[in-house]
Amino acid sequence: MRTIRYIIQKEFLQVFRDKAMLPIIFLVPIVQLIILVNAATFEMKHIRMSVVDLDLSATSRGLIRKFEGSPFYQIKQFSFSYQEAMNQMQQGKVDLILNIPAGFEKNLMKENHARAQFVINAINGASAGLINAYSTIILLDYNRQTALANFNNSAPSSLRNIHTEYSYWYNPELNYKTYMVPGILVLLVTIIGLLLSGMNIVREKEIGTIEQINVTPIVKIQFITGKLAPFWIISLFELAFGLTIGKLLFNIPIEGNLWLIFLSAAVYLFVILAFGLLISTISHTQQQSMLISFFFMVVFILMSGLFTSIESMPQWAQTLDKLNPLMYFIKIMRMVLLKGSTFADISRHFWALVIYAFFIVNLAIWRYRKVA
Amino acid sequence: MDPVAVSVKNLTLRYKTTLAIDDISFEVAGGELFGFIGPDGAGKTSLFRILTTLLVPTQGACQVEGLDVVKDYRQIRNICGYMPGKFSLYQDLTVEENLSFFATIFGTTIAENYDLIKDIYAQIEPFKKRKAGKLSGGMKQKLALSCALIHKPQILFLDEPTTGVDAVSRREFWEMLKRLRDGGITILVSTPYMDEAEKCDRVALMQAGKIMKINTPAEIIKDYPHALLSVRAGDVYPLMKELMKYPGTHRADTFGQSVHLSFKKGEIQPAELQKHLSTKGHTNVEIEEITASIEDCFMDLMTIN
Repeated sequence: MRTIRYIIQKEFLQVFRDKAMLPIIFLVPIVQLIILVNAATFEMKHIRMSVVDLDLSATSRGLIRKFEGSPFYQIKQFSFSYQEAMNQMQQGKVDLILNIPAGFEKNLMKENHARAQFVINAINGASAGLINAYSTIILLDYNRQTALANFNNSAPSSLRNIHTEYSYWYNPELNYKTYMVPGILVLLVTIIGLLLSGMNIVREKEIGTIEQINVTPIVKIQFITGKLAPFWIISLFELAFGLTIGKLLFNIPIEGNLWLIFLSAAVYLFVILAFGLLISTISHTQQQSMLISFFFMVVFILMSGLFTSIESMPQWAQTLDKLNPLMYFIKIMRMVLLKGSTFADISRHFWALVIYAFFIVNLAIWRYRKVA
Repeated sequence: MDPVAVSVKNLTLRYKTTLAIDDISFEVAGGELFGFIGPDGAGKTSLFRILTTLLVPTQGACQVEGLDVVKDYRQIRNICGYMPGKFSLYQDLTVEENLSFFATIFGTTIAENYDLIKDIYAQIEPFKKRKAGKLSGGMKQKLALSCALIHKPQILFLDEPTTGVDAVSRREFWEMLKRLRDGGITILVSTPYMDEAEKCDRVALMQAGKIMKINTPAEIIKDYPHALLSVRAGDVYPLMKELMKYPGTHRADTFGQSVHLSFKKGEIQPAELQKHLSTKGHTNVEIEEITASIEDCFMDLMTIN
């Protein structure tokens, strides 16, 4: 026990003596939270659009006014040539073209239906989908309005349609930040935990101190515990620090029990630190360790459900994602922070993490014994 | 004290296709200062790594203080001190922190074994608040030795401790080793410097994974079978070429500015050689009869093996 305590003490001494470490520990969370949370947003605020109105009727102008009035759209160009509008899109200057053909109003009045066209830049598929959804809603709304005006009370039966009311639970204002902060916090803890632990033991290999350690009677498990405990503590501290910033800066809701968050984090960190240890047993230099950690981190993060919803992934990817520890922890964080879930609600994810931790810790220790 | 501190029988170590150690056997007595002399790649480091339980031998039996290096590795780690060839202490910890770290993981304290390291540590104690990475080569070596000694080992393995250390520090270092040996610690030391062989009680001359000869330095020199001349002239290279051609020459090796010429006793007369070299146009020829050094013996053994 005294030995472990001394190794921990030595690790902390080295961590804090490293001039780059303190800025990393304190700056990374602040920068990540401020930049990522504000920047990585899916809300469409400034959809640049070009309008080709060949009808120039009261109805077409009314439709355009609807778009003008919406805070999401910025009309960049009015044109009589579809080709001209298309050129703008090709140059990347507009995201959406509203194409209203001649005879729009006439057709609507006489034949009861008319065509208009949306042309959407779909280089970014996600935002194209959103633009389509927003625009269609505006169009439908306008449709209903004109129908009401035209038919007045003469044909009420044609207006009998289903109207959907939305109510967004757990995030009533659809505040993107509320949704992002818990995920970014997971990212933070993962980066700090994985990189630091992955590089730490490799460093001992690189400078040769592992030789000197190996000839001592110290038991490997003592050594590993002593080496990883500081990063466990630092990562938990990071989480606390990040939550504080999230609360102060973004006023994220903390509905559930904080202890539940930290209990899950404690287990999650076992997974991450053991993963780092595993990486350090298969690499010989810190660069190698960094690259391998990066590889896994990119895959884990992109598949974690932080940016894209897991439910919309193909089935095989969802199955594969069961191996992604980030996925579980992000779910737990969002559920507990936003929804106020209790242990019973998250227990499935929690036990998944426990089992994961058990396997990976054993794997890492087995591999470490074999190699060193 | 155990009369046999280290016993190695038919030890072989193979890294995939390379044979690092090729069937060697030797014994080291308790309280001996035993040297392994050989060039880089002779297998010295591999041998030390096996004896300190860091490597598992391919074949053969090794015992340290009667303990098997494979079966009883844990006990061996308690009784031996190891100083690897590469400086491997924490550069970002201070002198004192390094020492107390190693003391702690051996389950002891600096105060407990201070007597043993006092001589050595006293010299670096004024710098105990300095980071190990900022020490000079000689001081680093003293710190590494202190760390290897802090748990009062019965046997000490020093892998090329004097490589990259200045001449004065090297001499001091050997003085320290002698004092430690007199204190009863068995010391195994490896070095590529032939001149350090004479400071050991016994040496093993190693080359390409084999031990060519084991004996006291004096005996090794006495066994040297040839007569030896040191020849000096203006330019070493033409002189060397000339001597290789000279009838009766066994070997000619450069030693700095001079060439050591070995031959069967009586076959070469210095006066005749002097005349011969002068006629060949070598100026300032100086010829001197010398006794062999360990390096001469080593060179000679290399041709035999």
